[in-house]
Amino acid sequence: MTMVLSSHPIGRTPRRRLGAEIAPSIAYWFATPSIILLVGTMLLPIVVMIAMSFTDYELGALDFSFVGFDNYVSLWGDKTFWRSLLNTAYYVALVVPASVIIGLVLAVMVNGLKRGRRFYQIAFFLPVTSTLIAMATVWKYLLHGKIGPVNHLLTAIGLPGMEFFGDPSLVMPALAIIGVWSLAGFNMVLFTAGLTAIPQELYEASAVDGIDNPIERFFTVTLPMLGPTTMFVIITTSITAFKVFDTVAVLTRGGPQGASDVLLYVNYLEGFQYMRIGLASAITVVFLGIILLLSLVQAKVLERKVHY
Amino acid sequence: MTATVSISSIEKNFGATKTLKGVSVDVAAGEFLTLVGPSGCGKSTLLRIIAGLIPQDGGTISIDGAPVDHLLPKARDVSMVFQSYALYPHMSVRENIATPLKVRRLSSFARWPLVGKFAPGQAAARAEIAEAVKQVAAQVEIEALLDRRPAQLSGGQRQRVALARAMVRQPRVFLMDEPLSNLDARLRVHMRGELSELHQRLGATFIYVTHDQVEAMTMSTRVALMMDGEIVQVATPDEIYTNPADVRVARFIGSPEINLLQGRADPQGRISIAGRATALRTEAVGQLTVGLRPEILTIDDGSSDIVIDGRLQRVERLGHDVLLHVRNDGSDRKNMTLRVSAAELEALQMSGRLEENFTIGARATAALLFDADGKRLPAIHGATASEPLTYSSGRKLVGV
Repeated sequence: MTMVLSSHPIGRTPRRRLGAEIAPSIAYWFATPSIILLVGTMLLPIVVMIAMSFTDYELGALDFSFVGFDNYVSLWGDKTFWRSLLNTAYYVALVVPASVIIGLVLAVMVNGLKRGRRFYQIAFFLPVTSTLIAMATVWKYLLHGKIGPVNHLLTAIGLPGMEFFGDPSLVMPALAIIGVWSLAGFNMVLFTAGLTAIPQELYEASAVDGIDNPIERFFTVTLPMLGPTTMFVIITTSITAFKVFDTVAVLTRGGPQGASDVLLYVNYLEGFQYMRIGLASAITVVFLGIILLLSLVQAKVLERKVHY
Repeated sequence: MTATVSISSIEKNFGATKTLKGVSVDVAAGEFLTLVGPSGCGKSTLLRIIAGLIPQDGGTISIDGAPVDHLLPKARDVSMVFQSYALYPHMSVRENIATPLKVRRLSSFARWPLVGKFAPGQAAARAEIAEAVKQVAAQVEIEALLDRRPAQLSGGQRQRVALARAMVRQPRVFLMDEPLSNLDARLRVHMRGELSELHQRLGATFIYVTHDQVEAMTMSTRVALMMDGEIVQVATPDEIYTNPADVRVARFIGSPEINLLQGRADPQGRISIAGRATALRTEAVGQLTVGLRPEILTIDDGSSDIVIDGRLQRVERLGHDVLLHVRNDGSDRKNMTLRVSAAELEALQMSGRLEENFTIGARATAALLFDADGKRLPAIHGATASEPLTYSSGRKLVGV
């Protein structure tokens, strides 16, 4: 490069940029396909959805009219909506801490193994790869009130049997167990990636400093160094947990007595069972708003704590 | 607070590779011993074995005469400075420095995250720690940085924090693993001086690992040169430079590298280089290597004991000194390096002697002889054999 430049008499030929120069008006045309795709597949559907939340459109109807905030007002007064919102929040509150902590503990324990590390990583990751709907059937059997092995176990050790999917106070925890089971393995993989990025010298420094207790070492080195990973895991797990749908649709259908109505299930019923697309869109807008808010708050709060 | 460290026949294998093959060296109390060697020679592994971070497969480490092999790093009372400094990124500088003291002086409950600060009866210990941190921060001049996080510091400042953390509990031995190699060249020279000064001030035992022979030469009381998992020579910087025990030592120590020439000793022990007889004598017979440091070579004026034909290839100016890269047209066609002063170069250029083929010369007393295995051979050159060599003793230049 310098050789080429210096072979030119200095001052006569103007210094030229390497590569072709393209006028901006032409350059934008090159970007058009990707802009169309971005708008068409990502932004437009959301805009259409938001617009529909202000209409009384019903699936299959030929025309519709704008109704303003009517859909939101009826949501505000709708008991089912509020119950589904609370149930979803309860589910998130159960699933997120459990699956993050279990994922972290698994990652640290498996990472510390001398042999068999691969086996355990694959084993714990398997639930992520299996279809939740198929596995839900297995869980339904496992947690069944009469024939379920879990109940047999409980009665065998002298505890009362539990109707996991029949008792309104037990149905959300039962669904949460399945949620944790399906998410913990994925979180473990994310934490494992974070663990391998921790420099070995930091552990050595802590050993020389006198930290020889594994729990203290975990809190002095491992956990702080996993901060950014933890933040990512908490946010993605929250979003996934908020979107709980398949287990509810397959196992409980919102029952018993609406005790497992969750936001997306109610949304699905409104849109595809009762055909009220306008109302369903309003629920989706609320749903998106909550996820956005949750992620923003978490990012803001955690960002300050995890990036040093 | 200073101690001797005795390293005796330490062995370490990683799988089939023998990283350390029975390394032994005794470090005196208050000594600055440098372990120097090329990458992968096992010097960092040895340091970690001394610290107790990895167990050895054989041999014993003793500190102050007592074996410490069974002790955890905490109980060995050594501290270590790492190449990456290994500061805790989530802690302030103050907390980083205080960590080794907290671990030792506070109860385990008081060290719990979040709830630990409510532990009763720790106020006196906490005050002591704060005082110690302040003192040591003053020693390395980082008082103004105590509330910052490591990410907000420059490389040199992090280095000082790492030093302060190592110093704060006044350990018996300081271990340093290439602490200067992440700094830029200027700062490295500066910190070299500061570390030497620190060593003198503390009077503690330092074991310092580096691959940089300049660091080894400038700071150490003694240098231990490691190659392929063994210590080849332990000597003072002066001794290891002028009197290397092995051709690998001669090559590693000294910059630019020593000039090595193939020589041949006849049955009388007279050595010839590229067919030319020299004044060198030895007791061995056959192939050998003659080592000539760049600064003992001169442009021959007819008075040299060793002469080699050469032709100037390139001149490299270092400021006060100049390196002449010379092509040796003898049988082994090696490039040789001469170090002369800028004034000498000017004189040579004026006389026009560098323009054609010329002869490089050296005094026989300054040459280093190595046998075919690279071991040092004693040279015989009369009464001057044991005379110590100084920088200018082998030098004589035409026209100066």
